[in-house]
Amino acid sequence: MSSSNLLLVLLMLTAGGYFLGRRRAFAVADTSGRGQHILHSRPTYYGALAALWCALPSLIVFCFWRFFESHVITHLVIGGLPPDMQSLPADRLGLVINDIRNLVFGHIVPQEISPAIQEAAAHYTRLKTLSHAALAVMVTTIALVGILWVRKMISPKLRARNHVENTVKYLLIACSTIAIFTTIGIVLSVLYEAIRFFKIVPFHEFVFGLDWSPQMAIRADQVGSSGAFGAIPVFMGTLLISAIAMCVAVPIGLMSAIYLSEYANKRFRAVAKPLLEILAGIPTVVYGFFAALVVAPLIRNAGVSVGLDVSSESALAAGLVMGIMIIPFVSSLSDDVINAVPQSLRDGALGLGSTHSETVRLVVLPAALPGIVGGVLLAVSRAIGETMIVVMAAGLAANLTVNPLKTVTTVTVQIVTLLVGDQEFDSPKTLAAFALGLMLFVITLFLNVIALVVVRKYREQYE
Amino acid sequence: MNNHSDITHTANTSKDTNKKTASVRTMDIVSKGLARRYKAEKRFRLYGLSAIILSMAFLSILFISIISNGYTAFQQTYVQLDFFLDPDTIDTQALHDANYHAMVKNSLRDMFPEVKTRSHKRKLYDMISTGAAYQLQDFVRKNQQMIGSVIQLWVPADDDVDMLMKGHIPRDVPETERRIKDIQLSWIDRLQEQGRLKKRFNTTFFTAGDSREPELAGILGAVTGSFYTLIVTLLLSFPVGVATAVYLEEFAPKNRWTDIIEVNINNLAAVPSIVYGLLGLAVFLNFFGLPRSVPLVGGFVLTLMTLPTIIIASRAALKSVPPSIREAALGVGASKTQMVVHHVLPLALPGMLTGTIIGMAQALGETAPLLMIGMVAFIVDIPGGITDPSTVLPVQIFLWADSPERAFLERTSAAIMVLLAFLVTMNAVAVFLRKKFERRW
Repeated sequence: MSSSNLLLVLLMLTAGGYFLGRRRAFAVADTSGRGQHILHSRPTYYGALAALWCALPSLIVFCFWRFFESHVITHLVIGGLPPDMQSLPADRLGLVINDIRNLVFGHIVPQEISPAIQEAAAHYTRLKTLSHAALAVMVTTIALVGILWVRKMISPKLRARNHVENTVKYLLIACSTIAIFTTIGIVLSVLYEAIRFFKIVPFHEFVFGLDWSPQMAIRADQVGSSGAFGAIPVFMGTLLISAIAMCVAVPIGLMSAIYLSEYANKRFRAVAKPLLEILAGIPTVVYGFFAALVVAPLIRNAGVSVGLDVSSESALAAGLVMGIMIIPFVSSLSDDVINAVPQSLRDGALGLGSTHSETVRLVVLPAALPGIVGGVLLAVSRAIGETMIVVMAAGLAANLTVNPLKTVTTVTVQIVTLLVGDQEFDSPKTLAAFALGLMLFVITLFLNVIALVVVRKYREQYE
Repeated sequence: MNNHSDITHTANTSKDTNKKTASVRTMDIVSKGLARRYKAEKRFRLYGLSAIILSMAFLSILFISIISNGYTAFQQTYVQLDFFLDPDTIDTQALHDANYHAMVKNSLRDMFPEVKTRSHKRKLYDMISTGAAYQLQDFVRKNQQMIGSVIQLWVPADDDVDMLMKGHIPRDVPETERRIKDIQLSWIDRLQEQGRLKKRFNTTFFTAGDSREPELAGILGAVTGSFYTLIVTLLLSFPVGVATAVYLEEFAPKNRWTDIIEVNINNLAAVPSIVYGLLGLAVFLNFFGLPRSVPLVGGFVLTLMTLPTIIIASRAALKSVPPSIREAALGVGASKTQMVVHHVLPLALPGMLTGTIIGMAQALGETAPLLMIGMVAFIVDIPGGITDPSTVLPVQIFLWADSPERAFLERTSAAIMVLLAFLVTMNAVAVFLRKKFERRW
């Protein structure tokens, strides 16, 4: 039985358990109303209890079984291989296992199949069928036993509601820990590979090295592919593009926030604000296409016409478009903090005879400054982590330069180029991507924490 | 005397004017500065307005450039060819064995009998897409009774012909710099005169998977992949997100543990999406050994990515339900779970749904993490389930954007238009939900 069918059966059993439990509750209840046998909970809770006992244990068994199934089967199949094959080194054995699997799942097998492998594949198939059958039997049995057990337990005194509510509460807690596990997962997965990388390439060489060319030599006599992992040019490129983006986004975003919250009338605001937010909703791949297709040639042509040498993948194009993307981010965050400045401050400044713009510049902005700084920091972390625009519009060459007309590369571009396609997980080239990912995670986390602290501190002033 | 009085008078008046100037001077300074200050005021206002106009301009340039590049992709040039379905070459028992490519070539040769040289023949064949043979095969399979007669079919032209018809290949540049040669131009003109060359609605674009040939490439595979990925994301992230929000907002005690969870969620919301891709690669693919490029794993990764958005929105929705509702429910004897399930959740649901739709829109447009888990492969088939290798719409856009053919440029833009249409619809639904069900307490 396939797993989807099995799950369907389980779903039906659960529904059946619910109705059975409910019916049982009605049956044991005393309807004469004399009070001795009044149900503790409403009948639906008895049904829900039966359903829970039917679904939860069998689902847990199902997940564990599916998770360990292939490991166990592989192990058994290796045990059944001829001894000369078993004594192969680990990587050769892996290839053999791969061949067997390909044979089982009907994929194309590259070379002719030896009888031993044929035999092993048959063994694999037998074990797989056996395991699926066993799983199906076990899961349905557990589900049925759960239903029957609850059905036997049901009596007017059974505190079904409390049981159900407790289970629900634990489920809720389990869901809320997923956020924690995500963080742990990110940290562990990135850290683990990064540590492996730092065993090959020393940490100081990675952080302070000035040369980045992650291509490793495939053959020993290959030229110019020694593999250098100095990340400074990559970081500089990221900083350069983010700085350009900020130069675009902060003035425009801030000024539009000021205009919208201080000057614009209601109707203008109602139109302009959603339009600005459209900019935030456009997928980054679209911005990347726009940057590569429209902006980069435009800048190049403009540069050539005034006699400048502009690269076709200039940092300026990527930064500019990234800036456009971040405008709504800056403007909506600034809008919030500007609106949070109490009206009394504005009234005081206006009462002393300052003009509207002086009020904004000398009173409102200084009061909102911490919040704005927090927003800008969040925007910077956004710019550093942005991927698609730079992948499509910035280059791969890691030049150590601050000239915005030259090609630079960024952390995210390098991660994508190193990891897209087939990888082997022991070459420093692949592991370098995780080291860069670790840096990216740490830097953005740092910026976010500072931003949150700044914003939180500011909020306490007026509340 | 007079003189004297004059002097005193002048002295008096000078004293007077001194007083006057002293009192007038501050006013003077103020009024002198006023013009400058009003100008500054105007300028400041202008800066603000121009910032908004500038962003609007960016937005419109973006849309205009994409639409102007992409709208032509919804049309495709077709050529009408005559085929004689020769019963001698087509065996009704083995329809797929017949050489349909040769039949297409025959048909072209019949139409232009004057073409004799080898290189010219090749140029002639190049004008028709390789998809023509498959289309013919399909037709024959469906209409077996037509074997033995002459049929007319509209088959797709090659992308170069298509580009010429759409004006993307100029006719006036020297022949060597043009992908369509002069002799081909003359054929095209003749076909056009005969009414055998026409631009028609490009159904292939909506019904085909990816292809190396632009005229045969479509977005259906990518859209289906996106659909499966989003379904997985929705089924996982909505229940988990709502459950987390309910726990944190309604049940959780205020202690260090829940504080950690809260800070955690806020930080996760700001983690770059590509880091989720790294997580998916290291955990789902390498540790759990799930297959590459499947919507299931894509859905897992996007679930983790959208969860913070959904949780934050759901918490805001729960917070906006007034405490009086809760107190009333508890007051008439509901348990805490009953209070939440029967009273608080229904009232908070519109807000939660809005947040979820916005999260889904985000997930639909996301590209970077999916590149990490291998959803970037070239996949021709239309995926049939959540464990079939597939790609998604934004990744398809990314792949096409890299292709050198001019015809892929317009298809990329058209795919972007489709993606944006989906996003606009989703956001419109979210706004509608908010408008319709929003309650002010």
